[in-house]
Amino acid sequence: MTVTPTTPEERPPLAVVGSQVSQEEELFGRVFDQWVVRRLFTFIWPYRRRLAFGVACVLTFTATQLTIPLIIRHTIDDAVAAGAAGAEVLQTMVMIFFAIVVVNYAASRAQETIVGRVASHLLFDLRRAMYAHLQVVSLSFMDKTEVGRLMSRLQGDVYALQEFLETSISAIGDFVLLIGIICVLLVLDPRLGALTLSVVPLLFLVRIVWLPLARKAFMHARETSSAVNGALAENVHGVRVVQALRREDVNFALFDNKARDNLLAALKASKFTNIMIPIVDTLTGAAMAIVVVVGGGLVLDNALDVGVMVAFLFYVQRFFDPIRSLTIQYSIMQRAMAAGQRIFEVMDVEVDVEDKPDALAPEEIDGAVAFEGVTFGYLPGQPVLHDVSFRVAPGETVAVVGPTGSGKTSLMALAHRFYDVWEGAVRVGGHDVRDVTQASLGRHIAMVLQEPYLFTGTIRDNIRYARADASEAEVVRAAEAVGADAFIRRLEKGYDSELDQGGVNLSLGQRQLLSFARALVADAKILVLDEATASVDSYTELEIQRALARLLEGRTALVIAHRLATVRNADRIVVLQDGRIIEEGDHPALMASGGLYSKLYAMNYASFDDFAEEAE
Amino acid sequence: MEPIRAARTDGTVDTEAPADYRIDVSRFDASVLVRIAKMAFRYRGRMSLAIVATVMAASFQLFVPQFLGRAVDQAQGLLAGAEGQAAKTAAAEALFTTALLLIGAAVARGLCTCMQNYQGEAVGQSIGYDLRRAYYRKLQQLSYSWHDRVHSGDLMTRGILDIEGVRLFVDTGILRSFLLTVLIGGGGVVLWRIDPTLSMVALAFVPIVGIRASLARLKLRDTWLALQDELSTLTKAMEENLGGLRVVRAFAAQAHELARYDTIGARALAISHRRINLFVQSTTQMTFVYFLTMGLVLWVGGQKTLDGEITLGELAEFLAFMTILQMPVRQIGWMVNSLARASTCGGRLFAVLDIEPSIRDAETAIPLPEGPGVLRFENVSFRYPAWAADERTLAGISFEAGPGRTIGIVGPPGSGKTTIAHLMGRYHDVGDGRITIDGHDIRDLTLESLRLAVAVVQQDPFLFTSSIDHNVAYGDPWAGRPDIERSAQAAQLHNYIRGLPGGYETLVGERGVTLSGGQRQRLAIARGILPEARVLVFDDSTAAVDAGTERRIRQELRETVKDRAVVIIAHRLSSLMHADEILFLDAGRIIERGSHDELLAAGGRYADLYGLQARAGEDAP
Repeated sequence: MTVTPTTPEERPPLAVVGSQVSQEEELFGRVFDQWVVRRLFTFIWPYRRRLAFGVACVLTFTATQLTIPLIIRHTIDDAVAAGAAGAEVLQTMVMIFFAIVVVNYAASRAQETIVGRVASHLLFDLRRAMYAHLQVVSLSFMDKTEVGRLMSRLQGDVYALQEFLETSISAIGDFVLLIGIICVLLVLDPRLGALTLSVVPLLFLVRIVWLPLARKAFMHARETSSAVNGALAENVHGVRVVQALRREDVNFALFDNKARDNLLAALKASKFTNIMIPIVDTLTGAAMAIVVVVGGGLVLDNALDVGVMVAFLFYVQRFFDPIRSLTIQYSIMQRAMAAGQRIFEVMDVEVDVEDKPDALAPEEIDGAVAFEGVTFGYLPGQPVLHDVSFRVAPGETVAVVGPTGSGKTSLMALAHRFYDVWEGAVRVGGHDVRDVTQASLGRHIAMVLQEPYLFTGTIRDNIRYARADASEAEVVRAAEAVGADAFIRRLEKGYDSELDQGGVNLSLGQRQLLSFARALVADAKILVLDEATASVDSYTELEIQRALARLLEGRTALVIAHRLATVRNADRIVVLQDGRIIEEGDHPALMASGGLYSKLYAMNYASFDDFAEEAE
Repeated sequence: MEPIRAARTDGTVDTEAPADYRIDVSRFDASVLVRIAKMAFRYRGRMSLAIVATVMAASFQLFVPQFLGRAVDQAQGLLAGAEGQAAKTAAAEALFTTALLLIGAAVARGLCTCMQNYQGEAVGQSIGYDLRRAYYRKLQQLSYSWHDRVHSGDLMTRGILDIEGVRLFVDTGILRSFLLTVLIGGGGVVLWRIDPTLSMVALAFVPIVGIRASLARLKLRDTWLALQDELSTLTKAMEENLGGLRVVRAFAAQAHELARYDTIGARALAISHRRINLFVQSTTQMTFVYFLTMGLVLWVGGQKTLDGEITLGELAEFLAFMTILQMPVRQIGWMVNSLARASTCGGRLFAVLDIEPSIRDAETAIPLPEGPGVLRFENVSFRYPAWAADERTLAGISFEAGPGRTIGIVGPPGSGKTTIAHLMGRYHDVGDGRITIDGHDIRDLTLESLRLAVAVVQQDPFLFTSSIDHNVAYGDPWAGRPDIERSAQAAQLHNYIRGLPGGYETLVGERGVTLSGGQRQRLAIARGILPEARVLVFDDSTAAVDAGTERRIRQELRETVKDRAVVIIAHRLSSLMHADEILFLDAGRIIERGSHDELLAAGGRYADLYGLQARAGEDAP
């Protein structure tokens, strides 16, 4: 079954499975990062009362745990070993035991409930804060950040902090329990206590050596596992190509290598986990043996109550538990610090486009758009637009054409103030865009992007995305106007049909029509439109052109045009190259001038975009 | 031969509807568990070792309370008895022996547990490995139509979480049940021998906790699923928001989006709180019952000790025994859960693994012999199986493509063009009629040789996250650089690739270059033409390539493909107007056919479409 992916020529194939880009981020940070803790603290602060109560409960709970062996001790010494007189004491001791059990129950229940709830609140708070920040953060940050990366922060990292909070409260309990056991043992019998406790440092030592080694093994297991899953995902998504190009055997052999690596890594990690068991058991056995030999000897010499010996045995059986949880807590803390660092990093990303305190929010504007000597770029020293000036009069349609990378999309983004210009100004309705609120810009400018991006939800919700209060009649009217009504009504649930995964169940053309309807409902004075390049079939294209004409009616429009039909119908055409306007005018004028535009036109391109590539 | 074909095409085995990926805890399917157990016992050595280690670990652990009890008796038994120094020395020696035994039992128990866990995990991981391989293989073999109707997310869930669920069953399901049986059973016997009444008291909590735990687990499972649902809604909302950030900002919808987050978040939080309540309630109650029983043992046992029925050491033994039972009993709930999980996960996994691929080599299949490469459709009809909601069918499709004879297929969306492309590579099987290559029915050929002979360049190019040369050479990973460059050149992509900083080694996709739609399609064309197939099918594969570039691709290819059969499917008429014969398809039927000039002259649908395109784009020459 296994195929070795080599040929007799002994040349390895040009083949891999799964993504070649590692998705893993730094998993562990410093144990204690003051900056992270301080930031985290502001999120915890609102819950301080509840948490304080939670800590009180933990301490109560720990106290009851410490008390139980002591009660057993007294039951044995004062009741059972005391002969006939003991019967009454036994009753009392048992009653006390039951009382303690009730307290133990109440305290642990209250503590776990409180901590669990606060931690999940914190999870949603942190996530919301980060999410809310991402809504206003500068687009240049979003441009260079993958959504997947942000999502892993919104999810994985936030969970790491939740886990940290959840466990750190019980870690307080564990710590107190450990100290408590040590104290009780030393108080009950200093010599025996000291002797028994002598095994504890040994365990600490072992774990300190073990931890970094084990962590390496765990990380490796994790990485190989995500590599396997990545390869599986590729097989699922690319199965058609795999079958079409008969890559089944080669891929299977490569996958097998990955799966085997993962198997070996998992086994190695398992060795590390399990090697601790005999060590802890041996140390526990040794501690019990010390109690039996030394404690038993003392009891023989009448120097120790037998109940104390029993209590010691109970404590010894328990005292490795808190040590184990505390070392786990150490890892959790490191992970939380690394996660916190990443979360707060996102929250600290600068918001470079902000409303001025005295920003205007004009109710009505006249629909003029003007670029005045605009210079702009994404990277310092590398402007993509140079001193661009032009005006779009109210009601006018201006088409912007130019090769890929000429700066068309940047122009569009600037009109909506997604970025701030370096020099010059962008005016909308006579106002510098920096003097009005972003929300009011959103109201007056509707945008249609190249890729019709729809959201999961009903078709109705998508059409009225810009104005959630739009009436049913408005929604239907918009859909009718762009010619989407007919196909929507053919769907089983009409306007209530759910769009899966951004509307994959619709054709590209249908999605485009919906995004037009959405822009129409927004009912803005100004329309900024990036025409879709991907060609759809001619019938749909005709419908889209019709819808577009309807959409542009009575509005100011700035259109990045890819189709000749659109360009020809524009009132004016701006030809952009390398961030500069090189020609401007209407279609006949530009044709007459014999410049770049007329050349492109003569070459019969369906789109102007591939031009740059051709030119090389 | 006929019966085989009938069995292949009726597709009854291959109609398993995609199952819901939720875990149904109420339905135990014992046969699934048996099957998993059988898989585990294939690793006979490791599995026996694990079971022996488990039983031994439990037995050694049972010794611990006995030794402790004995030590307590030895330490103070003498106080009541002899006074002599000799007796005291003897007692000290006895204590020493007990201590050694204790260490021995502890070490042995530790080693056995270590072995049990390790071997258990090894078997689990090996099963996981086996399943992963089988699953990967099966997905490769299942037909396009199967993949069409199964959600990829569902397939990933099966491949990751379900395998996990099955794998963990070895440890938490099989081995733990051995451990618990020995601990409770063996412990019960030991305690019964000492004092039957007291042993009944001590074990009273086992059934209570066990039942309580299982019930709670079921409820917890429900809330967990509900929570996962809400969280995945939230994830989807956030993902879409971030992916469509420009739309969100363009419509100034941030407030709306945050309100959406808050609504879903509040729902999720409410479920999360309910879940915490349930969870905390059940775990703390179990501990409560456990401690209550311990109190009873102390009470009844103390009384019995006072009455001289049992020794103090035996009382200590009872109490120590209860200590070691605390964890395992809590795990009963866990085990119940693991059984349920393994049963559902295994069920869903086996449902995929057991599907017989509907498209596979016939027993008598032969490799396609050398030949000129003539592709014929003979009165082909096709119908998607009943599960598909749409009624798209093909009927009466006949045509012939061969060296120097190019076929063009055009038609409105949904007319069946892509289906024809898929039939040629046998990604679906025809209903009636047949498809032949050089006179061989394609169902009589091996899939390997057929697909080597028929290259389909698909409409929506899926590129792999690796370098450009890997992508171009996907169909022939041993292709040399000159072949790769030649293909890229023909697809008008070579110059662009050469201009990239990493050249042909540049990564595609995330953190590599982002290709435009047209470039992706051209890469897919380069990939499709690299292996030299006899029949080349372009399924609307230049839709996003501009007309000028497409023309140059066509010119480049003219030389390469002149001795091959070519089928071009397209919307844009300029792509296929040069074909020797053009088929106009509507609703699965050929309604017009002929050369471009003939069809124009006929003045039918084709001529209409031509007029439409000439007006709209003016890109038809």
